[in-house]
Amino acid sequence: MLTGTTIGFASFLYLLLLFAVAYFGDKRADAGRSIIANPTIYALSLAVFCTTWTYYGSVGRAASSGLGFVPIFLGPTLVVALWWFVMLKMVRIGKANRITSIADFIASRYGKSHLLGGLVTVIAVLGVIPYIALQLKAVSSSFTILTFYPAIVMPAKVDSVPWLADTTLYIALIMAAFTILFGTRHLDATERHEGLVAAVAFESVVKLVIFMAVGLYVTFGIFDGFGDLFSRAAQHADLQGLMHMGAGGNGYGNWFALTLLSMLAVMFLPRQFQVAVVENVNENHLRRAIWLFPLYLLLINIFVLPIALGGQMLFAGQSVDADTFVLTLPMAHGHGWLALLVFIGGLSAASGMVIVETIALSTMVCNDLVMPLLLRYRWLALQGQEDLSGVLLGIRRGAIVLILLLGYLYFRLAGEAHALVSIGLISFAAVAQFAPAMLGGMYWRGGTRSGALAGLSGGFAVWLYTLLLPSFAKSGWLPGDFLQNGLWGFELLRPQELFGLQGLDPMANGLFWSLLANIGGYICVSLMRRPNAAEAGQATLFVDVFKQGGPSGGALWRGSAQVGDLLPLIGRIIGPERARSVFADYARSRGVASVDVLPADAGLVHFAEATLAGAIGSASARVMVASVVKEEPLGLDEVMNILDEASQVRAYSKRLEEKSLELEAATRELRGANDRLKELDRLKDDFMSSVTHELRTPLTSIRAFSEMLLEDPKIDLEDRKRFLGIIVSETERLTRLVNQVLDMAKIESGHAEWHNGEINLVEIIEQAVASTSQLFKDKGVALEMNLPASVPTLLADRDRLVQVMLNLLSNAVKFVERGKGRVAVTLAQTAEGMRVDVRDNGPGLTPEEQLIVFEKFRQGGNTMTDKPQGTGLGLPISRQIVEHYGGRLWVESAPGEGATFSFLMPCGKSAETPDEAG
Amino acid sequence: MTKKILIADDEQNIVISLEFLMKREGFSVCIANDGQEALDKVRSESPDLVLLDVMMPRKNGYEVCQEIRAEPALQATRILMLTAKGRETEVTKGMAMGADAYMTKPFSTKELVAKVKLLLDIPA
Repeated sequence: MLTGTTIGFASFLYLLLLFAVAYFGDKRADAGRSIIANPTIYALSLAVFCTTWTYYGSVGRAASSGLGFVPIFLGPTLVVALWWFVMLKMVRIGKANRITSIADFIASRYGKSHLLGGLVTVIAVLGVIPYIALQLKAVSSSFTILTFYPAIVMPAKVDSVPWLADTTLYIALIMAAFTILFGTRHLDATERHEGLVAAVAFESVVKLVIFMAVGLYVTFGIFDGFGDLFSRAAQHADLQGLMHMGAGGNGYGNWFALTLLSMLAVMFLPRQFQVAVVENVNENHLRRAIWLFPLYLLLINIFVLPIALGGQMLFAGQSVDADTFVLTLPMAHGHGWLALLVFIGGLSAASGMVIVETIALSTMVCNDLVMPLLLRYRWLALQGQEDLSGVLLGIRRGAIVLILLLGYLYFRLAGEAHALVSIGLISFAAVAQFAPAMLGGMYWRGGTRSGALAGLSGGFAVWLYTLLLPSFAKSGWLPGDFLQNGLWGFELLRPQELFGLQGLDPMANGLFWSLLANIGGYICVSLMRRPNAAEAGQATLFVDVFKQGGPSGGALWRGSAQVGDLLPLIGRIIGPERARSVFADYARSRGVASVDVLPADAGLVHFAEATLAGAIGSASARVMVASVVKEEPLGLDEVMNILDEASQVRAYSKRLEEKSLELEAATRELRGANDRLKELDRLKDDFMSSVTHELRTPLTSIRAFSEMLLEDPKIDLEDRKRFLGIIVSETERLTRLVNQVLDMAKIESGHAEWHNGEINLVEIIEQAVASTSQLFKDKGVALEMNLPASVPTLLADRDRLVQVMLNLLSNAVKFVERGKGRVAVTLAQTAEGMRVDVRDNGPGLTPEEQLIVFEKFRQGGNTMTDKPQGTGLGLPISRQIVEHYGGRLWVESAPGEGATFSFLMPCGKSAETPDEAG
Repeated sequence: MTKKILIADDEQNIVISLEFLMKREGFSVCIANDGQEALDKVRSESPDLVLLDVMMPRKNGYEVCQEIRAEPALQATRILMLTAKGRETEVTKGMAMGADAYMTKPFSTKELVAKVKLLLDIPA
């Protein structure tokens, strides 16, 4: 026989043990020898995820829907695989920004917004209090059942017990005392509770060991192992379905919804955030948690189906609630002590959850709900108090008691109602609303405060309508009318088949629509405007947390404050002694002799704000520090510039890279230009050398003949005449050379004057022929002309074109044989323009010569005995003139077959050539 | 004994002046209008001295100079190079190719005659 006293005493002893563990943990922490600085402890503390809902409820769920309990644990197992990225980032952000809770995380990310922090707190409290009630109910029910041992009686209506006589109340109060004792000993900059974490880890071991003990007992004690158990279950027609996927009407969509839900819950439940992020001692502990936590989940679930099936078989036909199988199976077989252990295990699962959840919620209520209100309305009154740490601790302690009492109240009121049974999943769905703002905030810079507010409120509203209100209606607290007919009779608004979406169970339906509203609102509203300075600054601190050297970020807060102002301020929050000690540590880390000589700079302000943030949350810390800091406001641009250091450095190095590429390109260009210049210089040198040569040659003759004539008066008249004639012709040659060199230089440098006018090529040719007629006559060369009667006029410089024709004609005469020479001039209109050919029957040109005749000072006629008189500039100049008008000048020839020099003047283009005479 | 001088230049007027000048000084003269012809005349006429222009068709003065110096039979031939390109490098190049003296155009007729006599060991 187990009396209430015995059970109560056992519970008390267990809780005492828990106190001892927590006390030991805190002592060791104070002594600097932390026992929770251990990856295994960290992983075990994460198992606070498994509450009585797992401990008792999984079996119940398995008994009704077979494998339907699996997604709740499949989700965490899957998401843990991503933890090395996601959770590591969350932990890093949490540490770098001294995040105290999930509300603080979201508020801080979107510009340290009080409103956002408050909203998250409200959602968390509303979503989680029923969940706490569920724990209390489990403890209460198991207590009641156990008191009837060895009979198996389902708990009577709880309200048959007077409120104050209910053991559950006292268990709740002991939990509150425990939480207050180990959770609010002092306000700390780190908000870490080592003893508490040690106790939670201890509890995780207790509940796992006991649950597995029951599982082993059922499987191997009552039955003959798994094979026996399952084969016997298979003989029951109604149990067969439980052993398959999709039993109990669980479609894959619902499976997916549940898996997703638990994936999000394991990250965003306030207690999970508390143990995984806030209480994390060392990021590297995640490495072990990544495999140890899933292993824990696997172990605690191995015996769920065996116990469920065993219970179904043994209690067939009896009205035994499947949720109690864990407890009632040992009882039915007369193992009272095992049953008592099971109760202790359940108490352990409940207290672990309640304690951590309450701590997390009380921190949020204090930092994100009460503090902002105090700051706004009672700040002046608080101003008078020397030490606020007592007030703050009082707020937290009050919040803890209040939350637990609210949980108890809900439990008493809801009782056996539907609202309590399904509340676990509904709580999950509530915290799933934090996912978009959290994950978006960690990976997307564009998220804004308004977006987060819109997403959270939208998702929360849909959650309220599709999940919470229907559960109230099913409990009979609300008229159930709107469930069947929709709000105001609109069927589309039926909460469990919102907008006509069918085929999903109410849970999946609610999750789908609430997350859709949440994500949609978050993204759309965020996109409506660019993040402002505060949001952009925080976005960088969160999104780029891995790119920053460490918890710096002081740059955002450009302002200064004296130690004399900051120290008392912080002393009032965390106590003067602690404040002095953390300031002293800070002074040491800055390499300063004492606290009083700390420089009043942004670093100090940031340190002060971070210290405060650890105690009262980032948003309130900002407000308080701002009250003593002379802040110099920063514009968005400045904030972006200062804060975005990482991306700035990246941009800078990218710019450097671009610059060096540009430099390389410039160097290449310069080298090319230099080569071209060298080439031009060489050409100029050659040109000068050629010009010199061409000038010296006639001068040589002139000087030689002049000297001989001067020295020797006896030279006979005939020679005298001949010599003087040579002198005159060499002088003419010199003159021609000088003129042509100047001409060439002008054309090449673009300084030549072009007197453009309407010209007729026939006239030009006739003029040139008239000028050279004497040459032809002297050498006995026949000239043939093929000119059309009329041709279109061109716009060009008449004298220049005459010069070209003269050149070609005199060249032709020069190279043909005296007396036998024939030269033909042809003018024709072609598609390209007017074409002039000057054909001779001279010696012709080799392919090599055809190239060099257009080079300066290079003359053809090497094979001729009688060197042609010319400067070697005529053809180059002619070609320049024709090309100036967009035409071409070329030669076609073969040795021994004469040569044809041709040029082409475009008709259309010449008119476009600007008159450069002006 | 009358010394024989080969005048190698492609500029007719210069050839005329040099021919007149050398004949007046009592030398016998032969003429070449390009490099190849100059080399042929050196072999066939065996002149005592060549007045060799550098810029000539078919073979330039340097090539002619080099080939003369390469033939043992022609070692006695004096070479006086004449060029309109008066740069230092060209003078050096000419001397390196085996020329005995070098003058730039336009030259003083007196100096040219003096140099020719010097090269032929004729007292001025």
